[in-house]
Formats: sequence, structure tokens, C-alpha cells
Amino acid sequence: MPRTARDVVFVDGVRTPFGKAGPKGLYAQTRADDLVVRAIRELMRRNPSLPPERVDEVAIAATTQTGDQGLTIGRSAAVLAGLPKSVPGYAIDRMCAGAMTAVTTTGAGISFGSYDVVIAGGVEHMGRHPMGEGVDPNPRFLADQLVDPSALVMGSTAENLHDRFPQISKERADAYAVRSQQKVAAAYAAGKIQPDLVPTAIRSAEQGWGLATEDEPPRPGTTMDDLAKLKTPFRVHGNVTAGNAAGLNDGATACLLAAEDVARDLGLAPRMRLVDFSFAGVEPEVMGVGPVPATEKLLARNSLTMDDIGLIEINEAFAVQVLAFLEHFKIADDDARVNPWGGAIALGHPLASSGVRLMNQLARLFEERTDVRYGLTTMCVGMGMGGTVLWENVNWEGAK
Amino acid sequence: MSGLAEVFGDEVVTHAYVRDVALPHGAGTLALITLDNGHDHTKPNTFGPNGLAELDAAIDRVAARDDIAAVGVTGKPFIFAVGADLKGVPLITSHADARAIGKLGHDVFRRLGELDVPSFAYYNGAAMGGGVEIGLHCTYRTISAGVPAFALPEAFLGLVPGWGGTYLLPNLIGAEKALQVVIDNPLAQNRMLKGRQAYELGIADAIFDSADFLEESLAWTARVLNGEIAVTRPEVDKGKAWDDAIAMARWNLEGKLHGAAPSFTRALDLVAAAKDRSRDEGFAAEDEALADLIMSDELRAGLYAFDLTQKRAKRPAGAPDKSLARKVTKVGVVGAGLMASQLALLFARRLEVPVVLTDLDQERLDKGVGYAHGEIDKLLGKGRVSPDKANRLKALITGSLTKDAFADADFVIEAVFEEMSVKRKVFAEVEEHVSADCVLATNTSSLSVTEMAAELRHPERVVGFHFFNPVAVLPLLEIVRGERTGDAALATAFATGRALKKSCVLVKDAPAFVVNRVLLRLLAEIVQAVDEGTPIEVAERAAAPLGLPMPPFVLMGLVGPAIALHVNETLHAAFPDRFPLSDNLAKMVAAGKKGVYLPDFSLDPEVVAIFGGGTRPSTEEQVLDRALAALADEIRIMLDEGVVAAPEDIDLCMILGAGWPFHLGGITPYLDRSGVAEKATGRRFLAPGVASLPA
Repeated sequence: MPRTARDVVFVDGVRTPFGKAGPKGLYAQTRADDLVVRAIRELMRRNPSLPPERVDEVAIAATTQTGDQGLTIGRSAAVLAGLPKSVPGYAIDRMCAGAMTAVTTTGAGISFGSYDVVIAGGVEHMGRHPMGEGVDPNPRFLADQLVDPSALVMGSTAENLHDRFPQISKERADAYAVRSQQKVAAAYAAGKIQPDLVPTAIRSAEQGWGLATEDEPPRPGTTMDDLAKLKTPFRVHGNVTAGNAAGLNDGATACLLAAEDVARDLGLAPRMRLVDFSFAGVEPEVMGVGPVPATEKLLARNSLTMDDIGLIEINEAFAVQVLAFLEHFKIADDDARVNPWGGAIALGHPLASSGVRLMNQLARLFEERTDVRYGLTTMCVGMGMGGTVLWENVNWEGAK
Repeated sequence: MSGLAEVFGDEVVTHAYVRDVALPHGAGTLALITLDNGHDHTKPNTFGPNGLAELDAAIDRVAARDDIAAVGVTGKPFIFAVGADLKGVPLITSHADARAIGKLGHDVFRRLGELDVPSFAYYNGAAMGGGVEIGLHCTYRTISAGVPAFALPEAFLGLVPGWGGTYLLPNLIGAEKALQVVIDNPLAQNRMLKGRQAYELGIADAIFDSADFLEESLAWTARVLNGEIAVTRPEVDKGKAWDDAIAMARWNLEGKLHGAAPSFTRALDLVAAAKDRSRDEGFAAEDEALADLIMSDELRAGLYAFDLTQKRAKRPAGAPDKSLARKVTKVGVVGAGLMASQLALLFARRLEVPVVLTDLDQERLDKGVGYAHGEIDKLLGKGRVSPDKANRLKALITGSLTKDAFADADFVIEAVFEEMSVKRKVFAEVEEHVSADCVLATNTSSLSVTEMAAELRHPERVVGFHFFNPVAVLPLLEIVRGERTGDAALATAFATGRALKKSCVLVKDAPAFVVNRVLLRLLAEIVQAVDEGTPIEVAERAAAPLGLPMPPFVLMGLVGPAIALHVNETLHAAFPDRFPLSDNLAKMVAAGKKGVYLPDFSLDPEVVAIFGGGTRPSTEEQVLDRALAALADEIRIMLDEGVVAAPEDIDLCMILGAGWPFHLGGITPYLDRSGVAEKATGRRFLAPGVASLPA
């Protein structure tokens, strides 16, 4: 019997406020799985017309899958969130693109006809699970010169990117970072970010219970002068600083995807349509350039050019990596299509959770920008990869 | 107050942290007070003078602010707060100090209800006593569906919920429902409510799942503050309903306790009066009641009893090192009667190892196994076990006509006819099949364990394992060490008893052990009084002032006159002077009587006739005096004989095996404080202050 691919829609997405990793951070004494559980429960609560037993899969990404991010976190979070035991779940890992991969993998499953409704998301508590925790790289990586020794240090790969694109100076990177902070501050002031944040209980033995209601990482008043003073920890006299890169963060995201017809039957309002996605590999020591081939592949397959793309949510692991992408596609550093409400340099980047944050923001932007038909969410990935998802605005006025 | 703080010298202080919370929906800032003593959930939050002072200081800080919309109070993970720190109470020696404790609690807690902004209690976990009361002072309450225990257990211990409970609760949910919490539950073996039940009683205004209880409580708070949610509570009926509830409770209490436990009466009086009192009057009356009760022997006995059940019951005096215990992987039960079937069910449920019953008769065997399987089906029907668990338990319980089924058993218990020759024969047969290490346990209620083991190849393996009926319910297990019982067998018996979730007490191999010996001495004295001509109803009422769970002849009916007679005969054989044989009792058994009452609870005239003819009747007071003197005499002799290690073990046995009440402290604190012990035996059982007011 010939198969018919089904249209897949993004219905809703939420996230916990992002915190700073470390002993003084918002979530220093809060478990990673509790963050995911909170996101899933709020997602279900916001969509009361969805019978919980209709969820066919819960895919949750985490880069470090041990401790409170272990135990097959998609399944354990589903049980902890009180979803029916009949709802399955699993854990997924593509480092920074974990949640993005959770979306593309389960979304593909919907299109294939194997799922009707799924929850996809990610979590990273970098305070409890520092980057590289417990890894044991195969010595052949270096012995056989498979990767450069700098490939596993993300900051060093960003420095390498400055080498590859010498026209991207530290000043350009810093200026980009200042704009990201300004855009986030403006978006917060306009109430753009808050609607998809899930207030999350936090506790510390010293202060008692509290409630996280806003992102902790943003530094709204950041200036070029402030950034100029920062150290370049990855290279002496280098370019990459804590100011022009995303920080180390804690947070969780979750979103609801459905087959478009099923969403309609269940009374779920789609926000955007998953058109296609693409992942691509690059040399691990310049992993930040990953979004370029991923996006090229995607646009070509869909007979589109960058001119057809009205909004781009690109993860800001490092300013240089965003700028490399923009350079390649000949987009201005301050193009209004790119991260209109700011990005990870200000908001933070809890690795495997970030993919869905990009989608949350794109979906909200689509609601406002009915003139835009297509948008991208894209991000670079450690070990030399990039991933890009092409979305169509269901509110696009051209369709009406 | 500094004096009080010194009295509570080793208080584990519950801290009160304050943190600002930005409420959702733009509802402003809530100052959230977290109660946390810095320990995990195994050491719950409690309140002593220092903890109350910290809470007071926290309230000072929030009361001084004009930038907050509300104040919240919650606990640490899994625990809200479980009430007053009782460790210091036995050290309070003056009515004034006792009164100060009550007043301090009120002075601090009431502030939560008297702030300029609304207050919200978030019952996130276990809440008892003062913990519940903190929340009652607040304007609103939410509760987690995961709260495992919610109670005002004060009356059970000998106190009243006197930090606002008796005044605020009836005024919140009405007298009838409040009395369920203040009186009925403490009276029913200190029953606890779950979160949902507390919500359904109207104590909390909203209930949320435990997964995001605090977040949802705060969101609810915001909507209450914004006016999106209007909290409505049923109006409290302060008319006839209130008075009827009080009258019903009073009648019920009188029937059960006969005024023996002053805490219950006092709590009831306070609830009754809460209807018309002002808050100040209500709280002042609570202070007075608390002071009186703290300075009462009943409370001191109650705290002593509570401590026994919490500590001594878990670390049995004289038990051998638990490392000597052997693993029990299969259990044998000799016999297939009702007791054997009940034991099989208990072992299978708790140990989850194969249990094989043996009997010589296939029909009896089928019936015995069938009974156990039927009980499992009943549990399944009530949803107490899952279908898989029911299948597993049923598969564990099997029957065998031959004892070779015991070959790989580690623990074999006999529940055959209560006759020495039968039991000896059974053990000899069992020994033919089992390994040399297998423990042989007897559920005898009165026969000598030593004698039962005497002819075995391995007498060191025999222990007494005396349950109380119904075995699934009563928590006591008397573990009897025979003269030749070895440490390994004894340690295995204790480990097994613990795995069965019983509280074990080590008992010497003495006639009828502890509970039955004490009960029978009491009963013998009362039967003797009836034999002498005291009307049954007079003798029956005599012990009422003690507030025992049931009168002596009702107890006899429950145990069965035949068994009472049998145990009495055993005791008579050992101690003919103190356990006289009653010809009338023997006649009653011979006549097939199951008790002195007819099914309609009237006295059976035929039994009255059997006991008729005595010419020296006693009054109720006389019967009670001689019964108490007999108890003191018997317990002193038991202690002198070394039946148990200490009076505490007698009390623990009577509390757990016979349901004797906390306000008596079991029994020896009462015998001490009433002067009976000294009069009857020339000395006290416990030093003043141990289970009574200090001298």
C-alpha cells in the first residue's frame, strides 16, 4: 500500500526559565528531571483538549545521560509527570541539537504515520552535569589524527572559526553580543519571552523555597566596553570571551507536535508546520560552521533560497558561529530577520534543551508576522555538525 | 522564654527562611516562609521554643514590609511540620512553664492570621498537630494530594490541639467534621488522614498534585489575590448541628473511656465552647487546658507509652545481634486450621517466600489453603493487591500431606492443637525432614517452649512465636526463649518477626508469657468476684474507670471461654494460689457457652444461673481495688522472675498486644501513680518522672 506522508505541526512549546549553572544558580539544588517534569505538566495543562493517553511518545534529549538526566529520561519524566503508564518515552542525544533532534525524529515518525501526537524536548543541568562529564574519548581520535586536539573544547572551536573567517573580528563578535543582550531586554520589556516560560519551584537549603519566573543569564546593560575587558580563556590574545558566547546554563524545554489532521480533530491549534529538516557534518574543530551545509542542503532540497526565509532563529553558542553563517548567506550582522528577540548569548544555552527554545520563539514570531511564510531554526553541534529545520507559518496571509 | 529554651536544651530547631516570590499573573510579591530543620524527611520539622522564636522573627520581617501582596508558609520536601517538639515536655516542672509553651505557640502562630495581607499555608507534606495548626491560622490553605499523613493526634498522646486547633478547626469546617479530626481519629489508634481526605473535609481550599504542588499553589494564590478565584466555604452551622455533634461525641467518648483519658474530654469541651468564644477567649482556654494536661500524669504516661512504641518496640531489649540471623527462604506451617491459614497468609504477604501448609487430612488441607487463597482474593477485590501480586501470593501458598515438603524450609511454625504431647510429636516428625539449621517455632499461648524442645535432636532451634488475634492486625509478637534456645534461632526469630512488621518483645519461657498472664490474672480476679456473688454487670463495670478497650467479659467472649479456661488451667498448674480454678467457668464452657452475653448484648440468663449462688458480693470499687492489686502483684512477680527485662516491656506488651491505652502508660505507670503498686507490692515499678510528673 503506498504511504502518504502526513503534515506535522508544532502546536505549543514551553520551557523553564534558564538559570546560570553553578552553586549560586537558580537551579543549583533542583533536579534536572524535575525541570523536565514541570515543563511537560505545564504543556499538558495548557492544552486541556489533548487526552493524555493520546500522547504516543515522549522524546527528551540530554547530553549527559546519567544521574538525574539518566534512567531513559523521556520515559522516567513521563511517569513522574503523571502521564498514563501507557505513554512510552525515550532519551535522545545529539549534544546541543538534542531537543531539535527529538523534534525532527518524532516529527518524522508522525509524518510516517507511526505517531499522532508526541512530546519532544530537552534538558541540560550543566551545574549538576558539567560539559564532558564522564566522557572517555577514544585515543584513536588523536592517534589517527581523526580530529584536531581542539575539537572537544567548544571555545577552542570558536577560536578556530575566527581563524577560518579572519574578517570576523572580536569587535564584530562583541557588537553582535551587545545587540543580542539589547534585543532580549527589549523582548522582555514587551512581554514577548514570558508567555512560554513555566514558573518553576526552586529550593535551596539556605533560603528555602522560591520560584524561578525569569531567565537568570541576561545582562541587559552590557556595553562594548564591558565586553572588551573580558578574558579570552581559550586562547591567549584570542577572540572568544564569556561575553560573546552563551554561558553554562540549566534549563528544560518541551513541545507538542501532532499530525495536522489529528491536531484539528483534538482541537489543538497549530502554530507552524514542519516542512523539512537537515543535519550535516563538518570538521569537528570548526563545529560552529555546521549550520551552513545543513541549511544549504535543506534549501536546495526544497527549491528555496535564503531570500524565501523571513525569520531565522539561530542558536548563539558563539557570536562568531552566527556571524560565519550570516557571512556565508550574505546576510547583514544586524539583519532584522535574525533572532529578532535575541538569542542564547543573552538567554543562555542549556545544551540539549535549546532546540525547542528556538522553535518556541519562532512560533511566537510567526503569530505576529503573518507576512512571513518560511522560517528556520538552526544550530551548531559539537563534534562538528549542524542542524536546520524549515518551518512554515500556518498564519501566513498568502495562504488565505 | 529563656527558661523554656533551656528546658528544651537539645531542640532540633526548625528554621524559618523567608524568600520573595514573584507571583504569576502580575499578582505582586509573596513572601514565602519555608520551615526546614536542615535534616531530611526522616527527621521531620517540629516546634520548640527556639523554632517558634525563629518563626516569630520571620513574621516580624514580613509584617514590617509594605511591598508584599501576601505571605506563604510551606515545609521542606515531604514534610510540612509535625507539631510541637515533645522531647522537652517531660522536663517541664511548673504549671507556669507549661502555660508559657501554649501561649508562645499561640502568640506566634496567630500573627499569620492577623497580618495586613492575606496568608497562605501550602501543606506540601506530612502535617500533624502544631503543623496543621500553623496552617489553620492562615487565611487560605492548599494541600498536596501526596500528603501521606495529616492529623491532630494530641488527644491520643494526652494533650489537646491547643495551638489554635480546637478553636479554629470547628469554626472552619464545623463541629462534626472537626471532631473527626480532634477526637475520632486519635481514638481510632491514631488514624491519619491523607491529603485528599483533609481537602474533602474542607480543611484546605484547594488540592494539587505533588509533582508541581508549590508552583500550582502559587499560581492559585495569584488568582485568589487577583479576584479570579473566589474561595467559598460552606457556612458553619452553629446551631443544632453543632450541639448534636458535641452530644454525640460526648456519648461516644463516655462509652469508650468513662472519663479515663482527660485529654479527650478536655478537647471535646474546647470544641464545644469554640462556638461562642472569641478568638482571644478560645486561645486562652487552650493555654489553660494545655497547661493542665502537660502537668498531668496521664500526659506523662502517654509520652512514655509513645516513646515505647516508637523506640523500644523497634529495638527489642535482650534480642541477640541481628547478624546471627539466618535467611528465611521458605516457611513451613504445621496444621491447616484457621490459625495456620492466617499465619500462612501473613508469612506469604510479608516475606514473599513459599509457604507450605501440612495436614494429614486432604480435606482440611484444601480448606486451609483455600481460606488463604480466598483472603487474597478479598484483598484483590478491595484493590489492596494487584492481580499479578495476587497470583504471586497464591502461588506461594501450597499444601502438602507429608512433611517432606519442609526439607528446604528455614523456618517451620506449628499451629496444631494446644496440647504438649501433640506438639512434641509434631516437632519430632518435622525434625526428620528439615535441615539442622531450620528454626522450629511454636505459636503456643501457654505451653512451655523448653519442654516442647526437650526431646529433639536440636533443641536449640526451638523458639516461641506467640501472635495475637487477629494475627494480621495486632502488632505484638512475644518471642519466647526456651532454656536451650540458641542465639541463631532467636536472632532469626526476631528478624522474621520484624519482616512480618511485628513489634517483638523477648519473653522468658514462663507460663502464658506476658499479655495472657496479665489479662488472665485480671480476669481470674473478676471471675472470682462473680463466683463470690458479685453480679456479672457489677464486675463488668468495675474496670471502666481504666478506659480499657473492652470490659473483661466482652474480652472473654472474644477470646472464647474455652481458651480462657485452658490458659487459666495452665497458670493454675504453675501458680495455684494466684490463679484459682473457677468451677463456674468450667461449667460455662461445658455448657458450650461462647460468652456471657446473648447476641443482643443482654446477659445470658443461663450463664447468670451458672454463676449464681455466691453469698459475698463486692461493690464495683472493691472489685477494681482487688483487680488492680492483683495486677500489681502479678507484674512484680513477673519482673522478679525475669519474664521480661523491665516494666517497660510489660507496658509495651499490654499496649500492642491488648490495646491498653496510652493514658495508663500501658499499666505500670497507672499502678504507680494510683498508689496501688506501693500498697500491693511495697514499691513502685518506675521512678517518679519516668512516666509521671517529676517528684
